[in-house]
Amino acid sequence: MSKYLKTVDSEWFRQRLTRVMLCVSLAALILVLRLIYLQIIKGQEYRRMSVNNSIRLQSIDAPRGLIFDRQGNLLVENRPSFDLYISLKDARPVGQTLDRLAVHAALPVDELAAQVSGVRGAAYYQPQLLKRDIGRDKLAVVASRRYDLPGIDIQIQRLRNYIHSGLAAHLLGYIGEISTKELQRGVYAGCRAGDLIGKFGVEKSLGSYLRGERGGRQVEVNANGQVVQVLRTVPARNGHNVFLTIDSRLQQRAEELLKDSAGAAVALDPNTGEVLALASSPAFDQNDFITGLSRDKWNALVNNPLRPLENKAIQGEYPPASTYKILVAMAGLQEGVIAANDILFCPGYYHFGNRNYRCWRRGGHGSVDLNKAIAQSCDVYFYQVGQRLGIDRLAWYAKAAGLGSKTGIELDHEGNGLVPTAAWKKKRTGIAWQPGETLSVAIGQGFNLVTPLQMAVFSAAVANGGVRYRPTLVKRVVSWDGQTVLENAPRVAGRLPVSAANLNLVKQGMWEVVQGDRGTARIARLKGIDVSGKTGTAQVVNRETAEESEGGEKVRKYLDHAWFIAYAPSEKPQIAIAVIVEHGEHGSSAAAPVARELIKTYLEEGPAAPVVAGGAGKPNHG
Amino acid sequence: MVDRRYLTYFDWGLLALTFLLATFGLITLYSAVMAGVPTPQEALFSKQLIWYGIGLVVMLVCVIFNYKLMERYAWLIYSGAVGLLLWVMFFGRYVSGSQRWIVLGPLSLQPSELAKIAVIIILARHYAKFVSGRGFSLKGLLVPVLMTMVPFLLIVRQPDLGTAGLIGLIAASMTLFVKIERRSLMVIVGSGIAMALPMWFFFLKEYQRQRILTFINPDRDPLGAGYHIIQSKIAIGSGFLTGKGFLQGTQNALSFLPEQHTDFIFSVLAEEWGFMGAMILILAFLAFIFWSLNIAYSCRDPFGTILAVGITAMLAWQAVINMGMVMGLMPVVGVPLPFISYGGSSLLTTMICVGILLNISMRRFMIE
Repeated sequence: MSKYLKTVDSEWFRQRLTRVMLCVSLAALILVLRLIYLQIIKGQEYRRMSVNNSIRLQSIDAPRGLIFDRQGNLLVENRPSFDLYISLKDARPVGQTLDRLAVHAALPVDELAAQVSGVRGAAYYQPQLLKRDIGRDKLAVVASRRYDLPGIDIQIQRLRNYIHSGLAAHLLGYIGEISTKELQRGVYAGCRAGDLIGKFGVEKSLGSYLRGERGGRQVEVNANGQVVQVLRTVPARNGHNVFLTIDSRLQQRAEELLKDSAGAAVALDPNTGEVLALASSPAFDQNDFITGLSRDKWNALVNNPLRPLENKAIQGEYPPASTYKILVAMAGLQEGVIAANDILFCPGYYHFGNRNYRCWRRGGHGSVDLNKAIAQSCDVYFYQVGQRLGIDRLAWYAKAAGLGSKTGIELDHEGNGLVPTAAWKKKRTGIAWQPGETLSVAIGQGFNLVTPLQMAVFSAAVANGGVRYRPTLVKRVVSWDGQTVLENAPRVAGRLPVSAANLNLVKQGMWEVVQGDRGTARIARLKGIDVSGKTGTAQVVNRETAEESEGGEKVRKYLDHAWFIAYAPSEKPQIAIAVIVEHGEHGSSAAAPVARELIKTYLEEGPAAPVVAGGAGKPNHG
Repeated sequence: MVDRRYLTYFDWGLLALTFLLATFGLITLYSAVMAGVPTPQEALFSKQLIWYGIGLVVMLVCVIFNYKLMERYAWLIYSGAVGLLLWVMFFGRYVSGSQRWIVLGPLSLQPSELAKIAVIIILARHYAKFVSGRGFSLKGLLVPVLMTMVPFLLIVRQPDLGTAGLIGLIAASMTLFVKIERRSLMVIVGSGIAMALPMWFFFLKEYQRQRILTFINPDRDPLGAGYHIIQSKIAIGSGFLTGKGFLQGTQNALSFLPEQHTDFIFSVLAEEWGFMGAMILILAFLAFIFWSLNIAYSCRDPFGTILAVGITAMLAWQAVINMGMVMGLMPVVGVPLPFISYGGSSLLTTMICVGILLNISMRRFMIE
């Protein structure tokens, strides 16, 4: 111990401690000087401010970004809502004021009275909401009769407005008040209770771009709460405007064509993966969600057997049926289990195990090569290709084509679909894979499930020579003052594992489907444009049940789903399409005409022009 | 067994200053929790009274044993504190986004508070062993830096940047007290600047720079921290010379002050007791600190001296940072005002500190 005392003695510590005391004194001096400044020099001023108790924070809401289609047509905007308020203490006699208001604004007096009955306590002194969104006409009347309507006030609020009611409802989605759960998850930075956030569709998935950032002011107010002066302002940052890849004309056409049925249609630009249209039917009106949905309306939407709230284009999972034969053909050629000019014989059934597997054409197709098999959708031909490939090789090709997993489009709730394998079935059901099940899978029945979007992406990949793009809805994101925030570029998700030569053989078959003399989709022909495609008829139940009938009428829920995938023009494709019509019976009669009309709309009326330059937030009503 | 000299040498002055500060604290806290609308929070006041009771017992415990035992068991105390920090990292309770608390029945404790004292003890032991008039070289600082970094990083992770920063400041103060070689000091300061500049210009993103600037100058954020500071400045300023009177602070009563019973309690005091009251509090703190430094001086044992300096540095930094913050001189960080702010963990730490100081003071006769 005495050892340290040799090196440092108490005198040394005393010196050090003196310095410490100096530092402490200096710090204390600074604090005291500050105290003198605050309490003595500025004391009077702060006393005045505290007496009025007058510094408040006011919030400035950020307008949400607008949504445009690819040509710059405005799809979603913010419009003013004129809301009627009443200050009960100023409106006395309240009954009389409400009566007059009801007459002037042509509003039911009971409804107004119901809003203010039972208001007492502190709320009596605050403005009470009478009616939201009274519209410009009533606003004009009320404003001009102000003198006659004491205590009645009008406040303006921004409301989201979907300009074409119901257009692309599933895709655009809607907004709503943030829920407690969403607030707690902390994903929505800077949001507080009562804020509106995207709840569905692009409004939700692109919410971080659209939302903007709240601003605020520090203001000094007087005893009546009126602002005397603004001390500091942090401006709100407007949400960014989003330009979608959607061609609203094509979208509208798709929805018209599907109007009377349940189903979906997806159109892509095969060269980029941009979604040109993504329609799901039946739809709903998003504006109902903004202005408030009545319980009856909500129940009607939820209980509708045609599931209007579901986006069938991405959530609907269906057996791909004969459209799957494209994939089976590709796999067969690539694996060498079949050559294009191999001839198989179709007597109308295929005997396997101890049963006969039927071809859709009872009389059979006779001698069939690959081209004819695709053109006429011969089941017997593909039973054999599938059997030669085996389920696991088939599944490998399906997965490589993007089936069985999400495409990655910018929308929530996308379905995975299902690509069955032997291992999957064993795990799921505990029963080993039966060889006969491979035959069903080879014609797109059995356990297979795909979404319309997956089939559109597949069709686009076939069309462009094998590149599978990740489908996208976003062309670009632009800030309110015209700065580009995001310029979306095509993203390759994978390639079809097939040689160019083999892919061409398949494409010839698809051309034959529409353009050939005996193709199954001759109905999809257009003047001057070659279309390639493939029909599909997906069984909902097995054939025996399906042919049950009630008094001669087939039961709707047992009717087959109708598929059609296509691209056009065949040589240099500019559009790829997948259409499904639930219970539409035949791909050729129910789905192919929809695709034909979409191709016609898109190609004959000229491909969509590029997005208008800049897009500085100015709606361009083209 | 009990040496009569302990009583003779007992530091009644420090104890008196402690009671004075505690009285100020309780009066102000009463005002902060009782005058608030909509509901007075009487329970907080009684809780703080109980904490003071527990604090006195803990203080006495810290007086009884010879403080030199802490030198012997420094590593044990230090490992215990680090262990608790690790425990809290895995099993601690989350309170508003950070994981700082250990729950023991009805009590909850923040191990980061104990870590402050543990770091002071381990550094005091290390520096007492190696101190020489020449000052520490870079190499000699390696071990102390490691000793500080372990709890520092664990607390940053919680995240509790206020306490972590405080530990850094305490360690730096103690190190400067035992002297750093002039050349080493220049290297440290120089390389600090050399690293900070490119960090600032090349590695930090714009929004991160903004956040740091806002941290340093809350005025840049008029809707958040800046708003709290302006309300706090109004509260302090409006106290004027003599204050608005006990329970009469309008800024306090109308909830214009954030955290009025913890971090912003000085504003309540300054509003109700004015410049006079605030000056008395500052002088009381100053007296306490000088008294403690005098204990450090009178102690003839390097470990005792450095320990006393470290503990004083901790209390002084907290007081300066807290008062500087509410007066708008410093960034807004959650550092409580010793003796005054509401809070069990921080009060216990403060009372442990007082106990250790009394302990050192009372055993000064042992090395003559």
